[in-house]
Amino acid sequence: MPEPSRGLIEVRDFCLRYESMEGAVEAVSNTSLTVQPGEFISIIGPSGCGKSTLLNALAGFLTPSSGRVTVDGEAILGPSADRGMIFQQYSLFPWKTVRENVEFGLKMKGLRRGERERQARTLLGLAGLTPFENHYPDRLSGGMKQRVGIVRALATGPRILLLDEPFGALDAQTRLIMQQILTNMWQRLKISVLFVTHDIDEAIFLSDRVYVMTARPGSIKAEIVVPLPRPRQPALTLSSEFLGLRRGLMSLIREESIRAMGGEVSAEAMKGLAIDVEGQDLAALL
Amino acid sequence: MEAVALRSTAEPEPPRTATLAPPSASAQPTTGRTRRWLRLHHGEFRAALIGLASLILFVTLWQYLTANRVTLYVRFLNIPTPMDVVGRAVIALHNPVFGDHVLISCRRILFGFLLAGGVAVPLGLLMGRYHLLREIAFPICEVLRPIPAIAWVPMAIMLWPTNEGSIIFITFLGSFFPILINTLQGMVQVDPVLVRAARCLGAREVAVFREVYLPASLPQIFTGLTVGMGVAWVSLIAAEMISGQFGIGYFTWEAYSLVQYPDIALGMITIGLLGLGSSFAIRLIGRLVMPWAASR
Repeated sequence: MPEPSRGLIEVRDFCLRYESMEGAVEAVSNTSLTVQPGEFISIIGPSGCGKSTLLNALAGFLTPSSGRVTVDGEAILGPSADRGMIFQQYSLFPWKTVRENVEFGLKMKGLRRGERERQARTLLGLAGLTPFENHYPDRLSGGMKQRVGIVRALATGPRILLLDEPFGALDAQTRLIMQQILTNMWQRLKISVLFVTHDIDEAIFLSDRVYVMTARPGSIKAEIVVPLPRPRQPALTLSSEFLGLRRGLMSLIREESIRAMGGEVSAEAMKGLAIDVEGQDLAALL
Repeated sequence: MEAVALRSTAEPEPPRTATLAPPSASAQPTTGRTRRWLRLHHGEFRAALIGLASLILFVTLWQYLTANRVTLYVRFLNIPTPMDVVGRAVIALHNPVFGDHVLISCRRILFGFLLAGGVAVPLGLLMGRYHLLREIAFPICEVLRPIPAIAWVPMAIMLWPTNEGSIIFITFLGSFFPILINTLQGMVQVDPVLVRAARCLGAREVAVFREVYLPASLPQIFTGLTVGMGVAWVSLIAAEMISGQFGIGYFTWEAYSLVQYPDIALGMITIGLLGLGSSFAIRLIGRLVMPWAASR
């Protein structure tokens, strides 16, 4: 298989601030990361840490307050079909059939109807979605909608794929299947993927590397390499290597999640308050 | 594969000679399907039957009250019976003047309503997209909106050189605001994630407008059109009664002046049927324009 030559994502000293009544708020501070062409990278962190903000900057919806965000060395000026994005909310156009949804990006590129249809049919065939090509999205299950969404994003041949908690709304079983489907597509296309999630297992199972972000203002706390061989099977999640990685990531994230919730309740502080709950010390209860 | 092969041999063709055998699998679907269709649509049948019975009851009550000239506090003394109205309807249908009244009203509705839709829908879409335009136009709309179209009658007569023009203007005003407000509402409710998805797939401003904002607003636009059509009829009939020389509203008012009481009821029923027909037409067009909503 030829090595992919495009899809290098570089984030250097990325900062994002916005104005509020309390003054300037920093959502993301000094974040740097790299995704090599063809790599599968996850970002994981407590909610509100700015991982989606970073993804939105890569998609072209936000401009960094300072720092640089580039794909193949080019600065990002706005949204483009070069950078496919999958959202947590289902984002298929309800007024278009499955095939018309997949055709959308090709239509925007100016392809003729016949050519569009041919390409969309081929892609839907590869994804096993041919029986549903004339369905409207509201007749599809959540997993199916996300599958179509991924096919739609890939139809234009983007350099990178950005996924913002794409399986967050799916049930556990569907989620596992979707992870498998995504890995298969990624391995076939060798496209660079940046995957945002708050699910530790998902991050390890899918990724070559995992970036852990700190609580707000978000920055990179750690970078974990996942040395597990591919192709990966669901049973892998029970192996000792996997569990080792999981333990490490959990402790890293736990610290940040507690910080994001406003800090741990310290036993000392509780003793100082000396509140009695029916004769019992509150600190002991907690 | 093997399982499929096994099953196909285990199920032999039904014997063709056995005429007394229970209905074969090929004959059953037609009757089975009919029965299933009846069972699945049981509710609709019931609703249709009850609806019909209720209408018959209404007409019977009307007949009883008017034929016996019941006078409680409300007086049915001069109210025509259903049969009087049917008799007048038969005469009216043979009289081209009545048809002209109906046609003129329909033409006024068509012009006024199409004009209102043609202005209000694009304006609503643009106001929903461009804040500056909304900030300029919205205050004017909010001031003019509470004024009923009928209150515009004297002003309309002064504004327009012809009587026809002022009546169409009244009809236009009546349907304009419901269409505008609903279109704007539709634009506000467009899911932003769909807009972002379109942009990520390479859609530029015009394409986003055509491919996302417009279809996403269509259900609300059609709600506006349905409401607007209702108000258009209300405004038209009032305008015709006040300043008309033709039209079904004028016909109804004239019948009162000329003591042709059955014609009052005939005019009212005609207005009702025309209103029903036009809102049905809009629903039908809506279904054709939004096939995705019909599949629900």
